[in-house]
Amino acid sequence: MTPRSRSTSQSKAAAPASVSSWQPRIVVFACNWCSYAGADTAGVSRIQHQPHFRMIRVMCSGRIQPGFVLRAFERGADGVLVSGCHFGDCHYLFGNERAVEQFDKTHRLLGLLGLEPDRLRLEWISAAEGARFAAVIDEFTDQVRALGPSPFARPGTSLEIEVPETVSTAEVR
Amino acid sequence: MQPLTRDTNAWACYDCGKCTATCPLARAGAPYSPRRQVLATNLGGIDAVVHGANLFTCLTCAACDTHCPAEVDYVSLVRRLRERGFDASVEPDCPHGGALQSLMRMMAAGGTRQDRLGWLDGDLKSDPAAGRVFFWSGCTVYYDAFFPELAVRTVDGTRAALRLLNRLGEVPVVSPEERCCGHDLAWNGDRASFEALARHNVELVRSSGAEVLVAPCAECARTWRLDYVPFLNGLKLEVLHLSEFLAGRLGDLELRGGGGTKVTFQDPCRLGRHLGVTKAPRQVLRAVPGVELVDMRRSGVRSVCCAGGTWSSCDRYAKQIQVERLREARATGAEVLVTACPKCQVHLRCAMQDPNPIEIEMRDLAEVVSAALA
Repeated sequence: MTPRSRSTSQSKAAAPASVSSWQPRIVVFACNWCSYAGADTAGVSRIQHQPHFRMIRVMCSGRIQPGFVLRAFERGADGVLVSGCHFGDCHYLFGNERAVEQFDKTHRLLGLLGLEPDRLRLEWISAAEGARFAAVIDEFTDQVRALGPSPFARPGTSLEIEVPETVSTAEVR
Repeated sequence: MQPLTRDTNAWACYDCGKCTATCPLARAGAPYSPRRQVLATNLGGIDAVVHGANLFTCLTCAACDTHCPAEVDYVSLVRRLRERGFDASVEPDCPHGGALQSLMRMMAAGGTRQDRLGWLDGDLKSDPAAGRVFFWSGCTVYYDAFFPELAVRTVDGTRAALRLLNRLGEVPVVSPEERCCGHDLAWNGDRASFEALARHNVELVRSSGAEVLVAPCAECARTWRLDYVPFLNGLKLEVLHLSEFLAGRLGDLELRGGGGTKVTFQDPCRLGRHLGVTKAPRQVLRAVPGVELVDMRRSGVRSVCCAGGTWSSCDRYAKQIQVERLREARATGAEVLVTACPKCQVHLRCAMQDPNPIEIEMRDLAEVVSAALA
């Protein structure tokens, strides 16, 4: 049943033990020039937001084709946020217009498949909008949490990545 | 001898090269030779083939199979090799970013309620659960949603097919629980997902009590008739492509033609070569008053594939095959290019988008027949 599952660590099972402890897994696609920098601004400004997302940086939101988003859902993402520059601000002039076309197509496909449309969202976040980035993340995380786990988020579906413990600079020295 | 070479008759290859001579890709100049793939497999270099550059090149159109004097089942060999590739995490450079494969895998996983019957008009008669005939609608709604830039309306073919069944007095089952038949996943080597889909779909049809399954899509028909056999578990089911179903009951259709239209027919590889059905669609087209059928230079089992059958490869050679095919269709003087598989429409229409376009109207067989209903 499970689509290609690679090294999955069962110690961190994807299935929630109980609803109260369950947290969504969200994939955020961010463009290099605006949204990723916006996330950076949020960090530099020490703006608190919820941490339940994994961010994937692409050069332009126009690159985010349906295959990316669908694969994220196939591999067990509970929500996907696509973000890019505001209209008129695109580093490549019209990449974000392409992003809208791709997003609409993805949205239609997910609708046919029967996945809740609220699990997918498109937002424009500029490099200066750190506070807005944090607000969007908080709002979207709450929205996906209210929907509960995605029907495709089953144990073994998603690839667990071991994140190394943060090493303090003192230890490195 | 390895089971792979034994089961597919690859061991019998005597290196004549007819496969490469008939391969549409090799003809278009692609650096691809079925003969070399067979030889490498026979010599025990399966790993090299699986990890080589050409695992997903084959269109699986089976043109070589129809010419092979040693009866090597090359497309089955390709499929088995791809299954190995899948197990070894070798992925095709999926055109369309693997979006369609992801959709199919999610369907295989299940757990959602699909919204796939939006095309069912009020005047079409169907039953969601039980009946003698099961109408296998296929994934045309997904294709139309995925290719808005091609302006394909493959779902019109699905709708027309159901209208024809209604006209023949059938109120078939059209189920919202239908899932992808798994054709493309099977040909991409994803056996686990294919089996999940096969089990679900067979149970769905079993629970409907249907005795006949009619599919307007050539790939669905092939998958049901050949690939689902091990999953039927005693289910007695007659699987028919729409053209076969119509050919058997032409007298009851009461067709009334309009003015004279010249058409030509593109045999889908799944229908013509994989299932050997080449007469039925022609019989149906000829029965439509006012329709004149002119075959292309290469037709029937010698027909040319649309060069994109399993969503696993697409390149300039594929484009060249498509453009040549469109030129052939135009050369017949036909106004309409008729086909019986939604993918032929998608791929040939894509070739029409090129600079120096070769435009020709494309319609599904069901649309042409349904337009002539009295």
